[in-house]
Amino acid sequence: MPARPVPAHRDPIRPGAATPIVISIDGDPVSGVEGQTIAGVVLATGRLAWRRTSVDGRPRGLFCGIGVCFDCIVTVNGERDVRACQRRAGDGDVVESQHDELPEAAR
Amino acid sequence: MVSDVVIVGAGIVGAACARALAVAGVRVTVLERGAAASGTSAKGEGNLLVSDKGPGPELDLAVYAASLWPDLVDELADELGPAFPSLEYERKGGLVVATTAAGAEPLRAFAASQRAAGVDARAIPNGTALELEPWLNPEITAAVHYPDDAQVQPVIATEALLASARNHGAAVRTGVEVTGAKRDASGRLIGLVTTAGDVPAGAVLLAAGPWSGETARALGAILPVRPRRGMVLVTTRMPHRVFHKVYDGDYFGATQSSDAALQTSSVVESTAAGTVLLGSSREQVGFDERLRVDVIREIATKALRLFPFLANASIMRAYGGFRPFMPDHLPVIGEDHRIAGLWHASGHEGAGIGLSLATAELLVAGMLGTAAPIDAAPFGLARASLAPYLEEAA
Ligand SMILES: Cc1cc2nc3c(=O)[nH]c(=O)nc-3n(C[C@H](O)[C@H](O)[C@H](O)COP(=O)(O)OP(=O)(O)OC[C@H]3O[C@@H](n4cnc5c(N)ncnc54)[C@H](O)[C@@H]3O)c2cc1C
Ligand code: FES
Repeated sequence: MPARPVPAHRDPIRPGAATPIVISIDGDPVSGVEGQTIAGVVLATGRLAWRRTSVDGRPRGLFCGIGVCFDCIVTVNGERDVRACQRRAGDGDVVESQHDELPEAAR
Repeated sequence: MVSDVVIVGAGIVGAACARALAVAGVRVTVLERGAAASGTSAKGEGNLLVSDKGPGPELDLAVYAASLWPDLVDELADELGPAFPSLEYERKGGLVVATTAAGAEPLRAFAASQRAAGVDARAIPNGTALELEPWLNPEITAAVHYPDDAQVQPVIATEALLASARNHGAAVRTGVEVTGAKRDASGRLIGLVTTAGDVPAGAVLLAAGPWSGETARALGAILPVRPRRGMVLVTTRMPHRVFHKVYDGDYFGATQSSDAALQTSSVVESTAAGTVLLGSSREQVGFDERLRVDVIREIATKALRLFPFLANASIMRAYGGFRPFMPDHLPVIGEDHRIAGLWHASGHEGAGIGLSLATAELLVAGMLGTAAPIDAAPFGLARASLAPYLEEAA
């Protein structure tokens, strides 16, 4: 089942009026609402993976969802290793997916 | 001469001894209460250091151990094949720096004493240190380069040693806790009582890391091994900006002291995956595993003194373990002079990964009655410096 936002009128927690925001993800504008995490905004677009593992290039996205595993890291406004599941999306945020090759062996 | 040995503990020390004994043709069974490499060997950093040891028996053991690692890594790679993960052995060298004016001279003097003992300890100008480590804080006051310091992934190393031991006929039984001893009428140890029944033994090798003290007690012997807690912080992965094992010279003070109170000193290195490990702390708080924010804060603060760029790094995890501490700072390797059939390989404190291979060679020589590669007497349980602790508790 794809992740999707619950329409406000059907949301049992009866949220107040939502303030829309727009962030960019790898250059594409994506809309969300204030209070969502970056992961929440990305998942709502139907995208489940935004990172690839270094050695085998396997897809990674949200795993624990609670800030523990660091699988969901993205670069936000130039700052790398930000956990998408923990960072609130801010209007205008520039989010880039992150891929790290294995580092060169030490000199 | 010993022909069958039951080893208690599948940490790196038990694993190295199991392999060396099995290769020498001894029948070996390893009993481990948890999973292999689930104790201290999974809770440290994997540095193989000569730099942090002053002249004396521990340095001799470390120098000998350093000479064994490269061949062992090649042998295990040949034997276990490409499907087995790499041991991540890297002779990356250590860089020890002083960060205060007062710390400069003691660091240089310490290096000079090591040079006299045959260690390659190169006092280098601060500018050269910054060429080796471009991201290092330029405010350092002295630097010594140790090309022979190396690093290994300790869990993979332990598993590889166990795999090789099995290939040479050893049995490794996990989930089996040793709870007591079987003795004959003369008092000789002839087997172990375990949670999986009695296990007969020609000889018993106690390699239970920081738990060797309590396990020895269950076998009826006093062994003054105590846990000395240490913590490590792990950053997220990043392109390498730390190229050696870099530490603050005040680390020697912390390793060599017996103070029970919290001591921290900065140790920074990167791993093959790109994480940076920040250590280290030492405190004697029993087997208390609780995470302590003050310890973490101190480690992080001191790491910034060496590498200011870490201020922007994300800490991904913190973990800790219990170093097997000996009151006279030397491991116990060899036969127990009080109980026939009992042998020891314990108490390596913060150096057990590095010293494991050398420990195994000394032990094999002891058990088989062959010539010891280096003098084993300083590591004997009967040494004078340990006598008060064997009596005190008896
Ligand atoms: C934070 C930290 C950093 C460190 N950094 C380094 C480093 O950089 N380089 C280095 O060389 N060393 C380092 N060390 C030290 C090193 O980890 C230890 O010296 C080493 O792992 C000890 O290995 P061991 O096999 O003796 O003990 P362990 O790995 O603890 O193995 C003992 C095993 O015995 C088992 N056991 C215990 N009691 C029983 C029983 N009754 N029956 C059955 N099984 C039992 C345990 O489950 C355990 O698996 C560090 C330690 C810490 C805590
Ligand atoms: S999903 Fe685990 S830290 Fe974000």
